[in-house]
Amino acid sequence: MVTQVYIPRDSSALSVGAEKVASAIAAEAKRRGLEVQIIRNGSRGLYWLETMVEVATENGRVAYAPVKPSDIASLFEADFLNGKSHALCLGLTENLAWLKQQQRLTFARVGVIDPVSLEDYIAHDGYLGLTNALKLSGAEIVKTVTDSGLRGRGGAAFPTGIKWNTVLGCEAEQKYIVCNADEGDSGTYSDRMIMEGDPYVLIEGMTIAGVAVGATQGYIYLRSEYPHALATLNEAIANAEKAGYLGENILGSGKTFNLEVRRAAGAYVCGEETSLLESLEGKRGLVRFKPPLPAIEGLFGKPTVVNNVISLATVPIILDKGAQYYADYGMGRSRGTLPIQLAGNIKHGGLVELAFGATLRELLYDFGGGSASGRPIRAVQVGGPLGAFLPESQFDTPLDYEAFTQIWAVLGHGGIVAFDDTVDMAKMARYAFEFCAVESCGKCTPCRIGSTRGVEVIDKIISSKGKPEHAKTIQLVRDLSDTMLNGSLCALGGMTPYPVLSALNHFPQDFGLPATAEAGKA
Amino acid sequence: MQDIEITQDENLAIDALIVRHQRTPGALLPLLHAIQDNIGFVPESIYPKIAKALALSVAEVHGVVTFYHHFRTHKAGEHVVQICRAESCQAMGSEALEAHAKKCLGVDYHQTTADGQITLEPVYCLGNCALSPSVMVDDEIYGRVSSAELDALIAEARR
Repeated sequence: MVTQVYIPRDSSALSVGAEKVASAIAAEAKRRGLEVQIIRNGSRGLYWLETMVEVATENGRVAYAPVKPSDIASLFEADFLNGKSHALCLGLTENLAWLKQQQRLTFARVGVIDPVSLEDYIAHDGYLGLTNALKLSGAEIVKTVTDSGLRGRGGAAFPTGIKWNTVLGCEAEQKYIVCNADEGDSGTYSDRMIMEGDPYVLIEGMTIAGVAVGATQGYIYLRSEYPHALATLNEAIANAEKAGYLGENILGSGKTFNLEVRRAAGAYVCGEETSLLESLEGKRGLVRFKPPLPAIEGLFGKPTVVNNVISLATVPIILDKGAQYYADYGMGRSRGTLPIQLAGNIKHGGLVELAFGATLRELLYDFGGGSASGRPIRAVQVGGPLGAFLPESQFDTPLDYEAFTQIWAVLGHGGIVAFDDTVDMAKMARYAFEFCAVESCGKCTPCRIGSTRGVEVIDKIISSKGKPEHAKTIQLVRDLSDTMLNGSLCALGGMTPYPVLSALNHFPQDFGLPATAEAGKA
Repeated sequence: MQDIEITQDENLAIDALIVRHQRTPGALLPLLHAIQDNIGFVPESIYPKIAKALALSVAEVHGVVTFYHHFRTHKAGEHVVQICRAESCQAMGSEALEAHAKKCLGVDYHQTTADGQITLEPVYCLGNCALSPSVMVDDEIYGRVSSAELDALIAEARR
């Protein structure tokens, strides 16, 4: 009998040796004359346990983790191919508490299937959404997406259905679907996990978007830092084309949708949708003025849907199970689930997909297990480099777009970066300005110049601690932040003040101020 | 414009790539990627050729090449080592890792070691944030990298 062994091909798993584990298992099986079929799946998202090896048994998949090449001989000795016990055995994967407590809708297949196997995708409810969509009118598809309450998961949280409706309503001989896969925020990797672990769900979501609004060409704008995602996507696209899921006359519907991956080139600002479009057109990634909205004049001046990977990858399940099924998850105006990414100084880092409403504290401690260093978690940054730093007193905030807005923070793309009590928040504020200076596209003055002046002012704050001019420099950084907040063209300059001012307000002692001063002031 | 010698073979390869990408909508980035993938950098001396083929000005080509961190106008070392500087990696000690790399290699960011082997570059997030700090050597990513492991990776690359 051939035993199926699952070993992730996900970048993070590879970063801790999954490739070596895979070849060691193959070699050892050969040496022992045992037949194994190694399937390279995506990651289940329990990254602290990578490399996680799973063996298919008649009771289900049994997990062994974290496996190193040096463990292979003893795993074979223990007869792990029959799911037998071993020091690294975690039991049935589906019974792992970390996974059981999640609500995996968008990530239902990630880590489960062979990412590039179309058969595997279809066997796990793949392409049911597109099949349903092809029976509906464009307006009906858009209405389903609108009714689901899905909002842009890239960070802006704009209702996806409303964006689609604008494009649907435009008359044009050519429209485009653009997937923003320029996942540049530190602490985020959910887009990468989807593209490496279940690329067909993104392809299906984009195809549904194309069918809905009448767009025949799609582009995935993928960051150049993701070579494995690039290879996986290209392989999946080629397979989908061959099987009639992409190209002309999709599944005999008469509809056309072509899809191409375009590589970005390492500019953070190109995650901003208008800058991304400029880049796709072959130009410098300078931010455009809005209006016109990309939905009306987007790529090459044509009506364009620009959506994040997670938004598009969530569309298939909505079209499969219905708007209400998705909308039943969540709280307030944040409907459905959010794939949360635990990162930074965290013991159990990984992907947690949950309905909106869980608190930061649950994520950091129940899922995350506290800091990796064992020291107290002093601050978390949510929503990438443009997100606010939150102190412990705000850890009970529920993950909900509006609840975060209320405390002058952003949920963004769902990345949570934890810092222990060794962090110097003045240094983090300085880094926020520095990052903005490195990545500014240069089109608007508050961002281009303000970021560099910001670094200088923070340096002055640090060097003038206890001196008479200290108060003045604190005021200066507040004034500068005000200019950037209100005067910048896009979120890069406009939101750099979030990490800066939140650090200053919540951790004033790091800036040489009394611990209580200004706390909570935004 | 500084001239860097490129070989006849490289020139022919570039010409072929231009022909292949010329008609692609928004061709410039895919073409620059293809050239850099093929010969390792985008020499300034070929800007006029690219500009002519894509009906752009030389200034536009220069603007695009220099706007994006990924493109380089000079050959890199045999191997490129990128160290993540973003917040998640900072929370796990990447600053010490950066300092260690610079000291051991004797170069700063964007520089190449004297033996032409290693080019050191900063990177802002590799999407491996649950296993910080992260390093990329050429196209391979490594997580939870300690100073000792970085030394080993560099030694392996040099071999």
